[in-house]
Amino acid sequence: MISFTINDREVTGQEGWTILEVAKWHGIDIPTLCYHGAVEPYGACRLCVVEVDDGQQRRLVASCLHPVQEGLKVQTDSERVKNVRRWILQMMVDEHPGSQRIKELAKSYGVKESRFKSDRVEDLCILCGLCVRACDEVVGARAISLGNRGVRKEVATTHRLPSPECVACGTCLYVCPTGAMEQLFDRIRG
Amino acid sequence: MSVSFEKIEAILDRFPPQPEHLVSAFQEIQAEFKYIPADAFNAVCDHLGVPRSQGWAVATFFKSFSFEPKGIHEIKVCLGTACHLKGGARLVEGLERELKVERGHTTGDLLFTLDTVNCVGACALAPVVVVGEEYQANTNSRKLKKHLKKVAAE
Amino acid sequence: MRQISTALKLDENRLASPAALAAYRESILAERDPNRPIIIVCHGTGCLATNSPKVADTLRRAIAAAGLQAQVVPEIKTTGCHGFCSRGPLVIFHPTGLFYQRVQPEDVEEIVQTTLLEGKPVERLLYVDPNTGEHIVHDHDIPFYKYQQRLVLRNIGKIDPADIRDTIAAGGYQSLAKVLAGMTPEEVIAVVETSGLRGRGGGGFLAGRKWRLAVENVRKSPGPVYVVGNGDEGDPGAFMDRTLMEGDPHAVLEGMIIGAYALGAQQGYIYVRLEYPLAVRHLSVAIEQARALGLLGQNILGTGFDFDIKINRGAGAFVCGEETALIASLEGRVGEPKTRPPYPAEKGLWNRPTIINNVETWGNVPQIIEKGADWFAGMGVPHSTGTKIFSLVGKVNNVGLVEVPMGITLGRIVEEIGGGVPGRDEFKAVQTGGPSGGCIPWELKDTPVDFDSLTRVGSMMGSGGMIVMDKRDCMVDVAKYFLEFLMDESCGKCVPCRMGLERMHAMLGEFTMGKGSLEDLDELHSLAEGIKDGSLCALGGTAPNPVLSTIRYFRDEYEAHILHKTCPGKVCRELITYAINSELCNGCTLCARECPAGAITGVKKKPHEINSSLCIKCGVCFEVCKPEAVEIL
Ligand SMILES: Cc1cc2nc3c(=O)[nH]c(=O)nc-3n(C[C@H](O)[C@H](O)[C@H](O)COP(=O)(O)O)c2cc1C
Ligand code: SF4
Ligand code: FES
Ligand code: FES
Ligand code: FES
Repeated sequence: MISFTINDREVTGQEGWTILEVAKWHGIDIPTLCYHGAVEPYGACRLCVVEVDDGQQRRLVASCLHPVQEGLKVQTDSERVKNVRRWILQMMVDEHPGSQRIKELAKSYGVKESRFKSDRVEDLCILCGLCVRACDEVVGARAISLGNRGVRKEVATTHRLPSPECVACGTCLYVCPTGAMEQLFDRIRG
Repeated sequence: MSVSFEKIEAILDRFPPQPEHLVSAFQEIQAEFKYIPADAFNAVCDHLGVPRSQGWAVATFFKSFSFEPKGIHEIKVCLGTACHLKGGARLVEGLERELKVERGHTTGDLLFTLDTVNCVGACALAPVVVVGEEYQANTNSRKLKKHLKKVAAE
Repeated sequence: MRQISTALKLDENRLASPAALAAYRESILAERDPNRPIIIVCHGTGCLATNSPKVADTLRRAIAAAGLQAQVVPEIKTTGCHGFCSRGPLVIFHPTGLFYQRVQPEDVEEIVQTTLLEGKPVERLLYVDPNTGEHIVHDHDIPFYKYQQRLVLRNIGKIDPADIRDTIAAGGYQSLAKVLAGMTPEEVIAVVETSGLRGRGGGGFLAGRKWRLAVENVRKSPGPVYVVGNGDEGDPGAFMDRTLMEGDPHAVLEGMIIGAYALGAQQGYIYVRLEYPLAVRHLSVAIEQARALGLLGQNILGTGFDFDIKINRGAGAFVCGEETALIASLEGRVGEPKTRPPYPAEKGLWNRPTIINNVETWGNVPQIIEKGADWFAGMGVPHSTGTKIFSLVGKVNNVGLVEVPMGITLGRIVEEIGGGVPGRDEFKAVQTGGPSGGCIPWELKDTPVDFDSLTRVGSMMGSGGMIVMDKRDCMVDVAKYFLEFLMDESCGKCVPCRMGLERMHAMLGEFTMGKGSLEDLDELHSLAEGIKDGSLCALGGTAPNPVLSTIRYFRDEYEAHILHKTCPGKVCRELITYAINSELCNGCTLCARECPAGAITGVKKKPHEINSSLCIKCGVCFEVCKPEAVEIL
């Protein structure tokens, strides 16, 4: 057993657990978007960041990936953490104004749309990669992947053609946090 | 360059069937055909035992792979820091006007592909443009225009 | 490649023990006449681009035709980059050190006549000090070289990188022999540790500590381990690693073989940037020749130690220089970084302990073994020992590659070695640390160039890029430029980097158009902090640095754009206009003919005019005007 603190509260977790898992266990809420218990954590949305102090350094880490450590001091809502979350949600709500889930999350952090708001309401994909991981790890079909890079990154099929590997099981529809897959699905399945 | 299965096979023969050779195999395909033809893409993935979706992620991630044929002469305008300060951006714009093609694209006659690159390591000679294998050092729009005329005539 | 080693009879000379190397070296030296003159024609990338192969060819033919007496026929040697490419092609005469610059094939005849036959220098090919107007005859008297301390670069420019015998004659692989003849892995690591060698690739982590961590991890979990040379050199405006790999590939190999011995690795990889084909060629030749001599491969120097190196070429992604992304790419996966821990020293290539060091870091290892940890630690300053290679480029008189002891001041590098800014202005800023470094203003020119001092002033050492900017550069534009670069190179996995850099770029774009407000500067600051804190890897984690450092030191320029709608550097398009000074214009009509927008009118021999409503501000007129009559207002 490993003991450490979350928001000054003593908690314990097993070796190899992540901070997020221990926090959930103890009913401490940390927001997430690219995390799902059924697949490997990926660390992309960064909404789950927390501030950790290991006695040498204070820094922000993704709680969905960071292993628990003896004596670690974790803060889930420090000013630095809030600044990161607010900016993530600010940019998401501007880029994907059509997503209800994002809108609600943003609202809970007091974030409103800004002058950079996009007019493409149909653009819902936040590239969390859950569909890709579910298709690979849960279904084993490997019909889709995250293609390209940077601002051009996208959920894609090979050659952007309907995927012969797709078994139309709909698992991706189920894990997608924003509803983006509803639009993509027909193009993937062909 | 025609896409023949013999050529693809010959390239695949050089690689044992392990996923670690994916990038190297794509590089050879790209060098041979100046792009990655769909058949070659599939053959590489299948030969190395890489799921095609993962192959697609890798091939689209890297800037040097393309799925459309590139021109006979590849022009790479350096936009690294040294070249930026010495007007690299103006050079690309000039070439875009001259060749009537946007960066990242190929002229209709398949003669030139206009690309940008972030430093070719010849920064002491900025601004630098690489045409094919040849470095144009301390260049400017006028010198480039002349050089491209010469290259096109060859 | 096989042919080269066969031609050099390397296979026949396969070295069966560490002592055999010394004997082989003796035999090479004995074959060489120390008094034979050598003419070196630089064949680095820079000089190749400015015609050096033709110079060498013409020289060879002219010498053969000149009928010189046998004992004075010089040997012509082609070498790697001398670091002074802005003056290339370079031709240097040994043993005197007579130094010719910007030599073209047309000059060869005069060189043979005047220098070889009459023994006099060709005045017009000498280097002229831009500050004093003095002609300088010998390389060691040129300020650019005089103040340098070339240790990692010691062989470059002297040896032919395609001939391992040159390297061996210069003392190459002696450290490897020393290690294999009588040092334990533990002793090797201890030497590297006490030398204080820090990584030259950006992070500045202590090399010895990294090695020790890896060794401890191997002990905990026995099995295969790997060493990797990072030659991805992604920082734009930097060419240290390229020069090293092209000019002295064996230094990198030797360092890696020593590292492999310390770790117990049997396989190594060198990851070379896509844009460096010559480096790949020279490394491949070097590997082939080292194998033929028994310095690499099975049973190295007859000691039973096996280790081999494979070269992987990059495919055009800056982020693949990041160690976890590099490893992913070596495994054939997408070059996306992963969260650390675990660090590569624990779980690297194929989840096994892996030492990954920059190629310049590896290049330091042989001389540390040879001359000792104390010798190395005695150079530089505490916590930043040894020398560092910098690529000094931009608005500076002597553009090139310089190696100096750590701790020398920024001002000395730019003023003494670089000869200052053209036009005798002061520099405005020096950008160090690559795209995610910072801009250091003239006022801080006395900052010592070492890891910690650079971080203290808001920049960083990075891999050694040093870009000099003068009053004609706009700091807002520079910040925007770096963001553009990083946006283009972000892998796009994590949100703060993918979306945050785009947002910062959009805000800077507004400034360069004279839009935005001072409150936006604060917003930008808070976003920058969010990106630094929230990003997954150091690309996003350091990307805001150019923005933060320019706001810190050049706030007045941001305010000029935002409040006064002017660009002090006269760079930002929306805030400048082109005009022709009628007193300087001689009516040559060149600009009118070149202007792609047809915005310039005028009659021959009469001052021309620019119609600003048609002008697209491409700057062609400014570039072509001989009497410099085009002004930017
Ligand atoms: C975005 C990014 C790009 C990098 N590019 C390079 C590079 O081109 N060359 C390099 O040696 N290190 C690069 N690094 C640093 C490597 O991650 C790693 O720290 C280094 O190779 C370790 O070697 P060293 O300790 O000898 O410097 C980069 C890091 C980041 C975050
Ligand atoms: S910080 Fe940038 S480069 Fe690094 S993982 Fe995130 S998106 Fe990729
Ligand atoms: S939930 Fe941890 S990064 Fe997305
Ligand atoms: S910046 Fe253009 S070659 Fe390096
Ligand atoms: S290439 Fe000759 S000096 Fe650099």
